[in-house]
Amino acid sequence: MLAQQVVNGLLLGGIYALVALAFSLTIGILNFLNFSIPALFMLGGVVSCAMLAKGYSIAVSIAIALVVTGAVSLVIERFTFRWLKNVDSHIPLVSSLGFLILFENLVVIYFGSDAVGYPSPFGGASIRLAGVLVSLPQLASFAISLLLIVGCYFVVTRTKLGRGLRSIAESPDISGMLGVDVGRTVSGMYLISGLLAGMGGALFGISYLQVSWDMGSEVALKGISAMVLGGMGNIWGALLGALIIAIVEVLTISYVSSEAVNVIVYGVLLGLILVMPNGLLGDRAVLIERM
Amino acid sequence: MSGYASQIAAILIVNIVAAYSAYMPLACGQLNLGIAGFMAIGAYTSAVLSNHGFALEVSILCGACASTIAGFAVSLPVLRARGIYLTIATLAFSEVVAAVLLNLHVVGAASGFVVADHMSVVPMFVTMLIVLAVVGWLSSTRFGLCMTAVRNDGRGAAVFGVKVRRVEVAALTIGAGFAGVAGALYAHHFNYLEAQHFNVLLSTYALLYALLGGLQTPFGPLIGAVVFTLVPEILRSTDQWRYVGFGICIILLMLLRPEGLLTKRLIHELRFRRRPA
Repeated sequence: MLAQQVVNGLLLGGIYALVALAFSLTIGILNFLNFSIPALFMLGGVVSCAMLAKGYSIAVSIAIALVVTGAVSLVIERFTFRWLKNVDSHIPLVSSLGFLILFENLVVIYFGSDAVGYPSPFGGASIRLAGVLVSLPQLASFAISLLLIVGCYFVVTRTKLGRGLRSIAESPDISGMLGVDVGRTVSGMYLISGLLAGMGGALFGISYLQVSWDMGSEVALKGISAMVLGGMGNIWGALLGALIIAIVEVLTISYVSSEAVNVIVYGVLLGLILVMPNGLLGDRAVLIERM
Repeated sequence: MSGYASQIAAILIVNIVAAYSAYMPLACGQLNLGIAGFMAIGAYTSAVLSNHGFALEVSILCGACASTIAGFAVSLPVLRARGIYLTIATLAFSEVVAAVLLNLHVVGAASGFVVADHMSVVPMFVTMLIVLAVVGWLSSTRFGLCMTAVRNDGRGAAVFGVKVRRVEVAALTIGAGFAGVAGALYAHHFNYLEAQHFNVLLSTYALLYALLGGLQTPFGPLIGAVVFTLVPEILRSTDQWRYVGFGICIILLMLLRPEGLLTKRLIHELRFRRRPA
């Protein structure tokens, strides 16, 4: 029973980790809490669901969903970063909230306000491993999430784009002077975080066989908690935090009650920010500079 | 006043007071995403008191006091965290309050809480005027100047002897008090409370009213709340599309008027044009 719940939590944690990483990238590099990420997550799920319903194969559906979320993320970049340079730091946050309201309600118009079943070709297939029932789509989603996170780590640490991103995190102005194309690099970052969130949404649909217009908000709040727990701006922190949050959530539901989840998850988040705001793997020096 | 008009007026009054609770910390550069939590504290405290036979005025005042105390208790440790950390901490606080209320069977838990005492629109309007007067008075004092100074340049203000932290704590605490008033008004006009109502979206809207109205003058949140409560109502016939329009409005407004609708410059220009006439 306990092993089963821990496995369920781990598999859920993979999806939280993608969202947490999408948040963590924008915070780590631009110090900006991007509230349009829940909308991108939701679009990933809803668009791939609609494409599946139209009869496309799962790979094509997810590809279309990723193209849509990537494109939307680039549009959001124009309105939250590129055209809004040198303004008060609250403005991009408000614009991203505007996008969240915009896309959630567009989806309500086209898909209705009820949760829609996700016509996954895999259904709820599962196998039994050492007495633990493991859903195959969830296991596959978890593996894909891990691969994406590792890939993201290599992009940030080993590529030209990643070097540009790390220099922008230090100072956008100086990296611009030193020849980093700030606009393109930040676009690249928005593209990555949009794709991560969109993929998270599609994987959520495959794993839990349901999508709705408001699926993003709840997962996003958990993702933010995971990011803070792991340490903002830290890639492995996002993964570690997400796994812990998801396991705590699943265990609370099965051993306490489903109503107690929010008290515990957000209580932990509040306590962490007050007591150890740099999280488990966060960089203390970066934290002091930001506060 | 027809039922519909009085309902809209009540929502408008609650929104205006909530907008000022977002305005106070924003006026010194702090983004509080926990307004719904403070509103919930004010609403439930006042509702419990008035259900136990206390007078309406006393219960609303006590609701405001409770949320003020909560605001002070939260802001002292929380304001050690600045910027993005403060935003997330207040968000977490608000979620904790809503989640605790959802599990508290004394106040109805998930099935909601019925408030016996009813408050009509006129006394609500008077309460709102009192809040407006307090904000107007505060912004004319030295404290108001300090808030603007901290928002524009915290380090610079500190150099000139402004106790930055004290100003920030005071602003967040006063804002929390206003949120309590808004919650108490909501509780006694609609006579029914649901913990789920006090969610992130409610905090977000309060913030949006203040930011869209503009932070430069104390009248910005008033304009923002009035415009962005009434415009969706006027567009009600277009049903779901009004929220899409609302989203587009927010994005465009932030692009074209990042300082909000009502700026000092706009006021100055209006005065200038009136003079020759």
